[in-house]
Amino acid sequence: MLTKRIIACLDVRGGRVVKGVQFVDIVDAGDPAELAHRHAAAGADEIVLLDITATHEGRGTLLDTVKRTAATLFVPFTVGGGIRSADDAAAVFDAGADKVSINSSAIARPELIGEIGGSFGAQAVIVAIDARRGAAGADDAEVYVSGGRKATGLRVVDWAREAEERGAGEILLTSMDTDGMRNGFDCELTARVSEAVQIPVIASGGAGSAAHFAEVFGKGKADAALAASIFHFGVTDSRELKAELRRAGVSVRLPC
Amino acid sequence: MIAVIDYKAGNLTSVVKALKYLGAETQVTQDPEVVRAAAKVVLPGVGHFQSTQLLADLGLTDAVRESVAKGAWFLGICVGLQWLFAGSTEAPEVAGLGHFAGMCERFPASFEGPELKSPHVGWNSLEEVRADSKLLREVQEGGFVYYTHSWRAPVINATAAVTNYGGAFTGVVERENVMGVQFHPEKSSAVGLQVLKNFVEL
Repeated sequence: MLTKRIIACLDVRGGRVVKGVQFVDIVDAGDPAELAHRHAAAGADEIVLLDITATHEGRGTLLDTVKRTAATLFVPFTVGGGIRSADDAAAVFDAGADKVSINSSAIARPELIGEIGGSFGAQAVIVAIDARRGAAGADDAEVYVSGGRKATGLRVVDWAREAEERGAGEILLTSMDTDGMRNGFDCELTARVSEAVQIPVIASGGAGSAAHFAEVFGKGKADAALAASIFHFGVTDSRELKAELRRAGVSVRLPC
Repeated sequence: MIAVIDYKAGNLTSVVKALKYLGAETQVTQDPEVVRAAAKVVLPGVGHFQSTQLLADLGLTDAVRESVAKGAWFLGICVGLQWLFAGSTEAPEVAGLGHFAGMCERFPASFEGPELKSPHVGWNSLEEVRADSKLLREVQEGGFVYYTHSWRAPVINATAAVTNYGGAFTGVVERENVMGVQFHPEKSSAVGLQVLKNFVEL
């Protein structure tokens, strides 16, 4: 049976893992390679590394970090941040990534999705969407770019559909409203997007407990869920989380 | 020495890295002579079945056929497994090796009622693991491996393990020296490394 995936996310800034609340208030959480391996050993199904400041800074640090992290990591490894061209993506794949996550750059130039997919396969392209609810709630949720600083006027569901049509392999949906609050995912919005597309949807933003994951896999219709802070600070790890989810009837891979 | 065939279908880095981690000597190649001389051949691949056309164009299809006939061990991964079959509806004009009978087909849009998401992405279990499989030595029934694909191979006599998603499909195929896995062993944690180790140690 296909299991629900638990994805550990490392937000990296200047080569260090950091964690913010609603995209601000940044604190240090450790070394990326070390944390990636710790998560994989504890049973995380995938690792995502997002270079949250790459859009403004150079990319050398990112490639070095990717190489170091990927060296002995044998679970799927996604890298995002500052990937603006198929050549940028190729460099990241070369350093050991299995998938890239693109966000602002895909909005700026949607052809990029197909360009990367054409060379590396659709399964290697994740389109990340930062979403904030509008006046009508989940229905008019809007896409934001540049680390949540800029509204685009695009509806989340419309953009997710377009990303799929252009050849995205997965959608990573982050709710800016719930991010870092540990009060649960935006299940309503996640379900809207999951129903709108055929490709897997990864829910992100708001994980605080095992119940939140169970909720987003059920009500939210998510195929995978991503979290950062609840893992980094030892509140829980994937092993405990998955044991709890299995007790709740969610199908998950238990680590050996 | 393991010849790893490079036919520009995605990214070889992870497969080569995992083989090296397990102590294997590898050579990434497009040269039919290197393939003919190798005791073991790995054909990785993610992406479109169309890309396997390059194997015929470069003379690698014949080289693989000869090397397999001589008894070299062969492992196809993902599209590399699909290529062992007659072909795929993903690129009907491109012939597979035809070592195994049957065509690879896309996942159905729905299965027994509910809609089926495609691609099939994530960790799924190996079932009906054949006890005599060399590739699956010490792999447990129900062991989880990582898949990412939209086309799949049918279940045949040579199937060594199935996975269920929209019905059963071939997760592992094995007949004598020719083997294939639809999942990504290089991304499948301990179970995947066990499979690659079994191949390296043949």
